[in-house]
Amino acid sequence: MDVLDIARWQFGITTVYHFLMVPLTLGLGTAVVIMQTRWVRTRDEKFLRMTKFWGKVYLINFIVGVATGLVQEFQFGMAWSEYSRFVGDVFGAPLALEGLLAFFAESTFLGVWIFGWGRIRRGVHLAALWCAVIGSWASAYFIIVANSWMQHPVGVTLGADGRPVMDDILAVLTNSTALAAFTHTIFGALIVAGMLLIGVSWYHLWRRRHDGIDGVDATGRVLIGAAPSLAGRDRVDHGVWLWSLRFGAVLAMLAFAGTVVTGDAQGKLMYEQQPMKMAAAEAACHTGSSFSVLSLGDPGSSDCRDVVTLIEIPGALGFLGTGEWGADMPGIRDLEHRYVDQYGATIPNDALYGDRAGSTVRYVPVMWVTYWGFRLMIGLGAVVAAGAAVALWLTRRGTVPTSRGIMRLALLGILAPFAGNIAGWIFTELGRQPFVVAPNPDATGADGVFMFTAAAVSPGVTAGELLFSVITLSAVYGVLLLVELSLLVRYVRGGVASAMTELARDESDPPDDTPRPDESRRDDVLAFAY
Amino acid sequence: MEPLPIVWFITICVLWTGYLLLEGFDLGVGMRMLFSARTEHDRRVMLNTIGPVWDGNEVWLITAGAATFAAFPGWYAALFSGLYIPLTIALVGLIVRAVGIEYRGKLASAAWRRLWTVLIGVGSLLVAFCVGALLALTSTGLPLDANGDRVGGPFVWLSVPALVGGLAVVGFALAHSATFLALKTEGEVRERSGRFAARWAPLCIVPAVAWAVWVQIEHRAALTSWALVIAAVLAAVVGWISARARREGLAFLGYAGFGVLGVAAVFAAMFPRLLPSTIDPAFDLTIWNTANSPYTLAVMTVITLVALPAILVYQGWSYWIFRQRVTPGMIPSAHVVVPAVLRAR
Repeated sequence: MDVLDIARWQFGITTVYHFLMVPLTLGLGTAVVIMQTRWVRTRDEKFLRMTKFWGKVYLINFIVGVATGLVQEFQFGMAWSEYSRFVGDVFGAPLALEGLLAFFAESTFLGVWIFGWGRIRRGVHLAALWCAVIGSWASAYFIIVANSWMQHPVGVTLGADGRPVMDDILAVLTNSTALAAFTHTIFGALIVAGMLLIGVSWYHLWRRRHDGIDGVDATGRVLIGAAPSLAGRDRVDHGVWLWSLRFGAVLAMLAFAGTVVTGDAQGKLMYEQQPMKMAAAEAACHTGSSFSVLSLGDPGSSDCRDVVTLIEIPGALGFLGTGEWGADMPGIRDLEHRYVDQYGATIPNDALYGDRAGSTVRYVPVMWVTYWGFRLMIGLGAVVAAGAAVALWLTRRGTVPTSRGIMRLALLGILAPFAGNIAGWIFTELGRQPFVVAPNPDATGADGVFMFTAAAVSPGVTAGELLFSVITLSAVYGVLLLVELSLLVRYVRGGVASAMTELARDESDPPDDTPRPDESRRDDVLAFAY
Repeated sequence: MEPLPIVWFITICVLWTGYLLLEGFDLGVGMRMLFSARTEHDRRVMLNTIGPVWDGNEVWLITAGAATFAAFPGWYAALFSGLYIPLTIALVGLIVRAVGIEYRGKLASAAWRRLWTVLIGVGSLLVAFCVGALLALTSTGLPLDANGDRVGGPFVWLSVPALVGGLAVVGFALAHSATFLALKTEGEVRERSGRFAARWAPLCIVPAVAWAVWVQIEHRAALTSWALVIAAVLAAVVGWISARARREGLAFLGYAGFGVLGVAAVFAAMFPRLLPSTIDPAFDLTIWNTANSPYTLAVMTVITLVALPAILVYQGWSYWIFRQRVTPGMIPSAHVVVPAVLRAR
């Protein structure tokens, strides 16, 4: 296997994996801070329990996101040193800003929040969580600024040595691509949180009914009960899950609407900035305005001859791309000629490119990935939004149906937005190929700034080193995923009591080699300890 | 001479100092969990001294890396690609250690906790060693060609300087964490850590002193740079004497001062080199031939001037909130998570 291929797999695996944790951190953090704010405002016990329970789930996931995020920060230099040298003047800045303006606040204030229960004033404690959550949004913003510069390089001029030189940081920070992608990502993350709230809460409401705690009388009125023998299964518990579920459903629906608006904006920008990516997403081989509903072809193909369009809507593609029904959009064939004219038919004959120097460039991305990635993202988003609406309707009386099947469906629904998020990113990153920094045909992008992915990889690093890291990291990541999931399942099944020792205190104390805390100093016992 | 590359050389030195100073005791606490606690309860006392702050401490590493990219991309590219294997190992260490700290207490099972203790300890050891090797090699050099790419294969970094630097950070972390735990705990842990600081800490910092002296000789350092080495050793002596007298605050400050002055001495000797080439001095990476454009450095300088003081204030505040010593009585009993399911049916 080629060094370039391994390096790309390495980046793909570590980034996709990292992005399993990221949307949940962004979305669930937002949900938890809203819950805690409600608790501080209303002093309703229900919101305290929600904060503690969902906060625990948030933290179990958060840490894996943090740990795998470190890899992201290092691997540009490790595997992509030529890329780092080429873009260093502009690309390092958002990464450093992410550290200085986002990560420090996120990590420090989250530490204060985790250990601060009962130690600092309620308002300050809440403010700490707000700072941490805003820090996580800020980190998402800066990293998307960096990614968007690769999609649409702005704010630079071409330097004497052929490297882009930044001359306008504000243009980089307000890159149209970044603003659209950032809002799109945040909404996508809120959908993830919404579906998790629905799925888990559904399970608990269903469990309460299944265990005979809650019932429904002949008139359809919900009878809320309590199970005194079970820690946390009281009347308040019902409110916790019902509010969480309905809040999650509203969140997912609103966020889906947000992704439609921001996704539409992104699509229109992409037609201007990366027409080939958009054309490949639509498998639009010929210039025209028809939107493909279903095209089939040879998987793995980058060749238009292999694509057969079965169903199409005339005119719709022009509307999606420009807002004007029936407007002609450039097709892959025309674009390919344009790209060959502008950027050459072959990789430049430069020692930097190693064996790849002089080889033919394929400007068309792997089409089945872009075509189906794009559709999977949108399709799953729509399914999820519909599911959330159904969930809201089914729970209008105040509990869930007793059906085990629907409960399982609600749990399965948790996975859908994860898959949608991943599909969207795979589409946008693979769609950028063969470039790592995409050239932009429109006037807003810097002229002549682009880089082939083939030129970006570290020249000194061997295939063996890359294989070592792919294998090691994949193995560690695989085990970690199982550990995280098993821990999440355990805590979720435990309900609120798993996150609130005070609810479980009446139970007999577990066997432990721990000496009992000194009774006279009981107040000093940490509310949370590792 | 343009001032901004110098400003960024100093900034990155400050970021590494912050990292070694803060994560230094985190890594040391992690390693000490392997050998310096008799009971599970003591291990929890140790872990909870860093509980609220370790994640914020680690951001100094991320920011040091990112600032290197933002200011001297040629340095970032050459160093990180050249040390591919040690950095991969460091990343694995960072990952298992971070997850271990968070997950260890989440289940009340002895086997689960033993496993994570080992992973936290070994992970901390690997991180300390690999970060030390990286810093030592950037101060003494790698075989770089004209493009700044490493030649000589994946294991060319395995050398005496890497070993000395690796042991230097491991040793410093052990000494620093001993004075830290003596200051931050009560009971058995305080006792044992205080004893370690009084007896073994001076031995632990020998590799760090060796590294600092090596760099001075290698780069024919100026007198001011040598003065920093001597000041660092003096600080360590103060730390050692105070540790013997069980003056915990001063002992901590002494070894912390050793860390700060030692990093300063290494960077002062390197200046203006960032990563020398052992093949040809003409291929040395310096602050002059790898610096970004004046515009980029100016923008980053302005933002850092605002952000860094704010970071110091709120991070300091978080230390202030949790300034209390962790006592054995403060550790709650392990919480057992059971499914909320009525078994009766």
